[in-house]
This record gives sequence, C-alpha cells and structure tokens, in this order.
Amino acid sequence: MPLSTIAPAPPISENQPPKKGFQTIAVVGPPNSGKTTLFNRLTGLRQKVANFPGVTVEHHLGFIRDTAGREIELIDLPGIYSLSPRSEDEVVALNVLNGQMPGLSKPDGVLLILDSTHLERHLMLAARVIGLGIPTLVLLNMADELKKQNGHIDVLALAKQLGTPVALVSATTGEGIEAISAFVSSHTEAPSPLALPVLQDAKKCREWAYQVGHAASYRKPVSPVWTQRLDGLFLNRLWGPIIFAVVVMGVFQTIFSLGQPLSNALQALLDVTGKQVGGLLPAGLLRSLIIDGIWKGTGSVLVFLPQILLLFLVIGVLEDSGYLARAAVIADKTMSRVGLNGKAFIPLLSAYACAVPAIMATRTIENKRDRIATILIAPFMTCSARLPVYTMIIAAFLPNRPLLGAFFGTRALAMLGLYVLGFLMAVFTARILKSSVLKSKDSPFIMEMPPYRWPTLRSLGLRLLDRSKAFLYRAGTVILGVTILLWLLTTFPMHNGQPPAIQDSAVATMGHAIEPVIRPLGFDWKVGVGLLTSFAAREVIIATMGTLYGVDPESHALDLQAALRHELTPAAAVALLVFFAFAMQCMSTLAVVRRETYGWKWPAVQFAYMTVVAYVSAFAAYHIAALL
Amino acid sequence: MIFNFENTGMAALADLREGQRGILEELDLAPRVAEHLMNLGFIPGVEVVAARSGPGGDPRVYRVDGIEVALRRDVSSRIVVRALTRSVQ
Repeated sequence: MPLSTIAPAPPISENQPPKKGFQTIAVVGPPNSGKTTLFNRLTGLRQKVANFPGVTVEHHLGFIRDTAGREIELIDLPGIYSLSPRSEDEVVALNVLNGQMPGLSKPDGVLLILDSTHLERHLMLAARVIGLGIPTLVLLNMADELKKQNGHIDVLALAKQLGTPVALVSATTGEGIEAISAFVSSHTEAPSPLALPVLQDAKKCREWAYQVGHAASYRKPVSPVWTQRLDGLFLNRLWGPIIFAVVVMGVFQTIFSLGQPLSNALQALLDVTGKQVGGLLPAGLLRSLIIDGIWKGTGSVLVFLPQILLLFLVIGVLEDSGYLARAAVIADKTMSRVGLNGKAFIPLLSAYACAVPAIMATRTIENKRDRIATILIAPFMTCSARLPVYTMIIAAFLPNRPLLGAFFGTRALAMLGLYVLGFLMAVFTARILKSSVLKSKDSPFIMEMPPYRWPTLRSLGLRLLDRSKAFLYRAGTVILGVTILLWLLTTFPMHNGQPPAIQDSAVATMGHAIEPVIRPLGFDWKVGVGLLTSFAAREVIIATMGTLYGVDPESHALDLQAALRHELTPAAAVALLVFFAFAMQCMSTLAVVRRETYGWKWPAVQFAYMTVVAYVSAFAAYHIAALL
Repeated sequence: MIFNFENTGMAALADLREGQRGILEELDLAPRVAEHLMNLGFIPGVEVVAARSGPGGDPRVYRVDGIEVALRRDVSSRIVVRALTRSVQ
C-alpha cells in the first residue's frame, strides 16, 4: 500500500516549540488487536522480554530505526480496554504512559493499534489514550480482513476527527507498515481532536465512538460465519468435551512420540562428539572435568530441549488459534467448583509450560485473593522442567506397550497420570485455600473470545526462539555451575594425587549427611545429592545424576537409564516421581512469587507446604509401591 | 426467510435460549463490572445474541457488537434484556 494512505493530522494553529525526534514509543492497544504481531514485525529479533512476562502481561522492549537510522525504543504494553485502573494490566499501562514506571522513561510517542474490523468499540480506548496528550499514530490493523469482509473506512476523515495521523495497516501481511517509519521519523505534535467524550462515562464514550465512525464513513465488515460454525463444534454439548479431552491427550502424545526420537538423536550426537572431543584431550583431571563433568552433566539436560520446545509449540498453536479461550469456557464449570475464577484456567494451563510466566499472567485476575490462590497452586501444574525428570525415570523403569493402538502407550499413560496427579493436588489445595484463608466472593467471569485465526509461523517461531534462549541460558549458567561444583565435590579430597573413590568424596559426605532424612522414601545418598541440587531448578537432578553415575566406576559404562535401574528400586522410582510432582524446587518461581505478592510471606508458605506434601506423599508412595 | 420479531418483555440475559436475541436494557452490577462490560460492547440499547455454552449451559458465549464474550450465569442473570423471539417461517 502506498505511503499516501497515512492520513496526516490536521495542522495545529497554536505555536508549539519544535520537538526533537522520538526517544521512547509505547505500543498500546486492546487485547486481540494484533498488537504483539505488529510489535514482532517492527522489532523482529531485536527485542528482549523485560520484567513482567506471561503471554498477555509480558512486557517486551525492542528497537526500531527511523529513516535517519537512529534507534528508538519501543515498549509493548499489555492489552487493555480502558485506562481506568480496573486490573493490574491497566495500572501498568497507565503508569508507563504517565512516566511513573520506575526504570522506564515516559514515552514521547504512542502507536495505538486498533482492530479495524471492530473499530467503534476500539475507538473507546482511542478516546482515552488520545486524551493523554502524547503524540499518537493510530494504526487501524487487520486492513486485509476489513477489505476481504467488505468493510470500509475513510482514514482522512478519521484523522480529522481524532486529531492524530491515522494509517490502515495489516500486521500479518506487513501492508501499510511503512507509515510507522514515516511517523517515527517525523516531529508530530500532540493530538488535538475535534471533541473528546466524557471519558468516565462508557455509554457517552461509545456514542462518541459511533459518531466518529459514522463521520469517517465506517462500514462494519460482515463477520465470517465460520467463527460461529467452529464454536458450534468446539462448544457442542457432546463434541466439545470430547474434543477437549482429545486435544489434551494429543498434546502429551505429541511430546512423547515426536519428542522422544528427537531427544534420542540429540543424545547420540552428544555422545559421539563427546568421545571425539575426549580423544583430543590428554587423559587426566582436565579431561575428567570436561567429559565426565560438564559434557555428561549439561548434555543430559540439553537433550530435553526438543520436548520442551514441542510443548511450547503446541500451547502456542492452541493459544494463537483461539481454541484456548474456548477450552477455558469448557473448563470453567470445574474451576468454579474449586472456588476459582475461570480466568485462572489460562495461567494454570500455561503453568504446564512454566510456572514463572504463568504466575505473571495471573495479573489479569482482578480479585486479589483469587489471584494469590492461583499463584499458590500454579507450581503443582506439571511444568516443562519436570518433563525431563519424568521422561528419564519413566523411560528407565516402564517398558512401552501400546494401549490405544499406536497412538497411546503405557509411557504416555504414566506421563498423563503424573500430570493428573499434579492437577488433583492443585485442585485439592485450591479448595482448602478458598474455603479458609483466601475465602472471597466469586469475582465475575467475563472473557472475550478471540476470533479463530491461523497461527503464523513467524509468531510461533519467535516464541520458540524466546524459550530456547531462556533454556540454553539456564543450561549455560545454573546447570553448568552446578555440574562444575559437583565435579569438584566428586574429585576432592584427593588421595595421593588421585581422585577418591566416589564413596570417599566430598559429595558423598554431603549425601550421607542428608541420607537419614530421605532413607524412609527409599532414596540413597546419590539421589539425596540430586534432590539438594535440584532445589536450584528441577531438571538439574538429571545433570547431577549424569555426573555422579558418570564418575562412579560401577555405572560409568552404563547410560543414564541403565544406571538408574542399577541404583534405584522400582518403588523408590515411584516415590521419586511423586516427590517431583509436588515439591517446590525452583528458585525462579519463588523469586517471582515474592515479587508478585510483595513479600516473603507467600513464597515461604508455598515452599513449606509443597515440601511437606512432597515428603509425605513420596513416603506413602514408596511404601504402597513396595507392597505391590 | 421472513423474520418475525415479537416483543416478549423483560428477562435476564441468562434466561435467553441458545440462538435467542435480546435488546440490552440495564446492567444491575457493581460499577466496575458494568464499566468493563460496557467497554466490551454491552451498552444499553444494543442487541445481544445468546450463543453456545460450556457443559451444562454455563458459562455461555454471547455475541455483542461483532465479538463473542463468555459470561458466567452470576453475571448474565443480572443483565436485563428485552427478549425477542425469532420465528423463522
């Protein structure tokens, strides 16, 4: 689309001092306006996730260049409907726009993204944002859909009404986005609209929006019938719940049947390269550190990258396609039985990927007590860091046999069982909390259903890249650090210049010190060391076991699974699984809970509660499993 | 198809049957909740259509102003509508 589609703001008569170029521009828009897609298109890979994550609550920072090549900071704000401080999202947005967010300078420009197919409703937000008096470019997104569905808008007339430049764009196809670089390179003045409505009065605001739309000859597009048809299927009385169950099972089966071979291939590759690198190094302490310590340790965690990415891919597809919101409608009845708001479903489902963004995503829950209850139960959801631990133990102890054809086998069933176990404990905990300390009146469940859309490869790709970076960063820092520390502890104290036998090493001393506590669960001191190190992050236990068994001559030649079978009884393996299902072994989660609840009280309660639950349940599981 | 709209008087939004339409009259809810609903398009005078629902009829999806919004019964039972029956002949 040619540049001429930017409708310029009408000239302003007042004398305003000439402005220098933009420094910081905020990207504002209602949920589902395509804000994130546009932000990704503008900043590409040059963006970072800043302090507040979660898919909708996340706050991304990126850079764009103006036509002179100067970098301008772009802040992606959470999706908001208005600027009244109804939810924390809106408070965050309002604070950023007013320059009251610590660490962020007040934006001197705003890109306001509105969905052109729902223009009138979205103009209500425009009234509020334009009222702030910051130079604003109004972007009418989904231009392609507007055209396809026979809608119409006169951008020039709209620009005149709003007193701001207006451009018709499509974030998905990239149509019209050159308007943005023209805007950021300009010296646009603050808006001066013809007339703004009484902002506090939603009804007047809506009437204003209608009149503005009318003056700009807005013709609403005809909404496609297939949204209703798909709802008819996904929310069908009979098929809805069946499809829901199939989707949930499909997610787990995908991760197993597709992820496992990929992980195995990566493992084989690491083994071969490890041997080759080992051959280049002189035998001795250095080779032992690099191969037995670092390579085996971090490698044993790295192999789970394919499975974690698959999980994020599947959740991404479900979310971007619009199905997740329908799933929330189906799950809401169950959620309300345990006293939780249906909105808790989305944070809880994303907690299956990772509790950290999930806890941040609880900001959309307005009721404070509901929010704390959701935060407290989120870590019971089986996060992707538990996945490698479960996979390793299940694969070591449970032979895979098909149950429902080739589609669903014993291992997938065991995995699903563990996911259900975590879910049930979350439900149980929510029930206790909501009927005691966090009792409150039900807060209303109001949820906008996003339209069904094809997920774009671009947005999925960026998501996966984000997650790979986070995972590799952890592998490169926490996990690498722990493996080196462990190697040191297994190599010292030296005897006559030789590393000690594993049972005489420093790590054995540590392990033996906690052995009395964990012996009732069927764990030996090596697992004990694994439990200690996994308090940093769950998947670290694999690196630990990899290093410990790698150094021990008895299990040195075995792969990790064979070594596990050699060292653990099946009952202890069950107890270990149960322990991991319930224990709070994640420093990042504790840190984010502290930040979100403003203090150490809730993280301390959560840590103590989960540890006790994990210990008692693992004890019970060990003794029951030993009887069978 | 000939649509025959017939005014059947006041009802709660929650009482509309699937596929039934109503003209929104009043939001008998806390101001914060009412404001949020109005931002979503639930403004007195507009037409609302009851659409599909979760298992057991709750929460239900309503179509208003070109979008779909899911509401639980505790909210939709406090929204007053003038119900319209639509008979297709």
